[in-house]
Amino acid sequence: MSLLEIEDLMVTFTTADGDVHAVNGVSFNIDKGETLAIVGESGSGKSQTAFAAMGLLAKNGRASGVARFDGKDLLSMSQREFNKIRSKDMAMIFQDPMTSLNPYLRVSDQMAEVLMLHNGVSKKAAITEAVRMLDAVRIPDARARVTMYPHEFSGGMRQRIMIAMSLLCEPRLLIADEPTTALDVTVQAQIMQLLGDIRKDFGTAVILITHDLGVVAGFCDRTLVMYGGQVMEEGSTDDIFARPTHPYTSGLLKAVPRLDKDEGELVTISGEPPDMSNLPQGCPFSPRCPVQLDRCSTQRPALETFGDRRRACHLPINEVT
Amino acid sequence: MFPNRAAVEGVADSMQLAEVKGRSLWADARIRFFRNRAAVISLIMLAGVAAFALFGGALAQYEGDYVDFSLIGSNAYLGVPSIETGHYFGTDSNGRDLFARTVQGTGISLMVGVIGALVAVIVGTLYGATAGYYGGRVDGIMMRIVDVLMSIPFMFVLILMLVIFGRSIFMLFLGIGLISWLDMARIARGQTLTIKNKEFVEVAVATGVRPSKIILRHIVPNLLGIVIVYATLLVPNMIIFESFISFLGLGVQEPATSLGALINEGSRTMQFGYYWQIAFPLFFFVATIFAFFFVGDGLRDALDPKDR
Amino acid sequence: MEPLLSVRNLSVTFDVRRPGSWPWTPPRKLHAVSEVSFDIQPGECLGIVGESGSGKSTIARAVVGTIPSSGGNIFFEGHDLANMNVSERRVHRRDVQMIFQDPLAALNPRMTVGEIIAEPLITHEPHTSRKDVKKRVSALMERVGLLPNLINRYPHEFSGGQCQRIGIARALILNPKLIICDEPVSALDVSVQAQVINLLMELQRDMNLSMIFIAHDLSVVKHISDRTLVLYLGRVMETANSHKLTTLPEHPYSQALIASVPIPDPVLERARPRPILEGELPSPLAPPSGCVFRTRCPKAQPSCAEARPELKNIGDRHFVACPFHEPAQVLAVGE
Repeated sequence: MSLLEIEDLMVTFTTADGDVHAVNGVSFNIDKGETLAIVGESGSGKSQTAFAAMGLLAKNGRASGVARFDGKDLLSMSQREFNKIRSKDMAMIFQDPMTSLNPYLRVSDQMAEVLMLHNGVSKKAAITEAVRMLDAVRIPDARARVTMYPHEFSGGMRQRIMIAMSLLCEPRLLIADEPTTALDVTVQAQIMQLLGDIRKDFGTAVILITHDLGVVAGFCDRTLVMYGGQVMEEGSTDDIFARPTHPYTSGLLKAVPRLDKDEGELVTISGEPPDMSNLPQGCPFSPRCPVQLDRCSTQRPALETFGDRRRACHLPINEVT
Repeated sequence: MFPNRAAVEGVADSMQLAEVKGRSLWADARIRFFRNRAAVISLIMLAGVAAFALFGGALAQYEGDYVDFSLIGSNAYLGVPSIETGHYFGTDSNGRDLFARTVQGTGISLMVGVIGALVAVIVGTLYGATAGYYGGRVDGIMMRIVDVLMSIPFMFVLILMLVIFGRSIFMLFLGIGLISWLDMARIARGQTLTIKNKEFVEVAVATGVRPSKIILRHIVPNLLGIVIVYATLLVPNMIIFESFISFLGLGVQEPATSLGALINEGSRTMQFGYYWQIAFPLFFFVATIFAFFFVGDGLRDALDPKDR
Repeated sequence: MEPLLSVRNLSVTFDVRRPGSWPWTPPRKLHAVSEVSFDIQPGECLGIVGESGSGKSTIARAVVGTIPSSGGNIFFEGHDLANMNVSERRVHRRDVQMIFQDPLAALNPRMTVGEIIAEPLITHEPHTSRKDVKKRVSALMERVGLLPNLINRYPHEFSGGQCQRIGIARALILNPKLIICDEPVSALDVSVQAQVINLLMELQRDMNLSMIFIAHDLSVVKHISDRTLVLYLGRVMETANSHKLTTLPEHPYSQALIASVPIPDPVLERARPRPILEGELPSPLAPPSGCVFRTRCPKAQPSCAEARPELKNIGDRHFVACPFHEPAQVLAVGE
């Protein structure tokens, strides 16, 4: 049984200007100890997919479909039940650590609170554990700094604290939503290495949500590419980067300048990211697709499995360059 | 070169090539405002009150200062509101037509409010925007002046002025104009401080646009949303302020009148059963104030879509 | 060749007041940029990379003139922009234009696209007839890939990529000689970034513009610029031809920076040695003595704390500020 199973997930937001379908029929699985990247641009629904699984959707949003964690149905859970499994079984870290750290509480108190709540340990034991975890994420002089306030740490250190906090109850799944987007490259390298080590040491499964193909390449076993709230393709990271089978993935890979190549002009994807309140009827990528067929704009391609990969495209595989 | 062409063509497919008229933020706000039912009803009510103040005089059968001597002593039964006598709202204790007087009072009260708000908008916005934009020492001096003016108990100064220079509408306007812009200047300055750090202002500076143009073209239009909201909320405050002065008997000079003065008179005769003498002015007073507050609320929601 | 822009020992300091301190206590000095020098030839693109807090945006703003410099010279065609009075400076502003990171924030939401693009024109050539203004604006909109019939639309009706095109059109309307791009693509979606990068490169080539391209993403900077300047804590670490800098960087910081940049190729990424830079940027209020990079430098020696390393020319306009510099190939560059 997979650790997290998502099947035909839909997320819809009700706004004054009508319904916005942020996620339209997304399915994927993640096993114990696995790393999965969800790659997509803004508006691809990558974050909302994770929010739905964590029960963190905004008030005007609702999710349908199937989302199971360890066989337990997530979508029918009340907030109370969610609170029980959040951080104990699955935890999430965000782009901006300050959104999840309370600026008025000491780091020690915030971390101890989580442990006291979920493991029922004494405050003293909880703080000892917190220090141990801060050591694990390589915060220098953790014992002394645990009593500091979040704003006294730098951006990279805050992200380490977030990671330490999310690991306190040794969750089986960690969802990292753009964890390094706000950080500098040298700090990004530190954090990604830390996440890799943690995954090895604790056997935590990680879903990495990002727009940065470089970060994905160095970290994830499998990659899921999303566009317009739908899955475009999925496969092992090596396969996706070496042999993309979807025009969007291949376009994306060509559009990014690489440090190790002296490419001439970049090959661009024309047009703009989709308007989620007004998606095309067929494939969401069809208005920008360089190789679209007649039916692409009217008929939504199904997500088909072949080998250990999946793709949603009308174009035969051998015609994708 | 080709990617751009492709991009242009991509957009061209979805749009006709005639010049497209843009929908400004103002137009957006207007649409949102007209979706707010309470605000629209209030706006209609305000229009009604304004029309009453402007054109009500044409309907009145009597001049506001005409004293109907035939009614003296029999006000309680002859001065009641009636269509037949032409005293639609009845008469006041001096036998004057209350309809005509309410028309005049509403007009003066609205004028006090609107002029107070206008002074606030023009003086306050420009003063605050200038202080905020230049910052540093200029800002320090300009805002300390505002602080000093604010610390003066204006109610007493105004009362003193009215006593010393005599009661006149001009003095009243002067007094109200003097204080109304202070809060606005503070609000405008605060907003300017955030706007001037926006990149579009930096672009204008880098391009070499002169400071006065930057204030008028880039800062003020972006301030206007909050200024308008505050101004609509300021109007009722000014009306209440004037009413309070008039209620104390220091406001407008007889025979001119305002809603506050009328309510003051009405309150004195209320106990003798001349309920209409307070009911009609009070109705217009309350209606105006409520309508302004609702319109202000509606404008705030419309101009500041963050809460959506 | 005479350089178009020649920056010499540029320093920018900000006063930082401790909250609640008395007005007469002297403020602390934050040295955002310290003795930075570089040249730009006509038609050349100089990339500036650095992490947040390295002062790269501050250099841009000092050259554009929206913040005052506190030392050094900025020679533009021989005129020193840094030591000019306001009205002299205003004349030169038309030749240097800027493109910003957040495309929507750089556009006044209350003005139409046409008004925004035309503003520099009516500021510097106030007697241009309305018809001419409109003609030039329309032509430019077409040039940057916008439909001219959208001239009366407002910024919020455009996507991020389109807003950036509007910003580019505004920067170009006066036919400037130098364009400064401050992180022009980092706020855009990956698929749109390439469009804007291509557009900028194409315009630079066709209009023979000089360009300063500032970004934190070394891959993008290397792709677009002829030469690259590496900045750390307000000081120049290394300047070199972009290809040379990525293939054979000399400064330990450049080497660490290149090693940290992830490459979108899983096989390559796994095989890469990853000497990860420890620690974080020191506070610019209390920079380390001597070489500012020494606290994180793998090659640091006791002598590094004593004197500030000089920016040395090691040939072919390659400048390095490290006495222990040596070329190291951190990354194999192909094609």
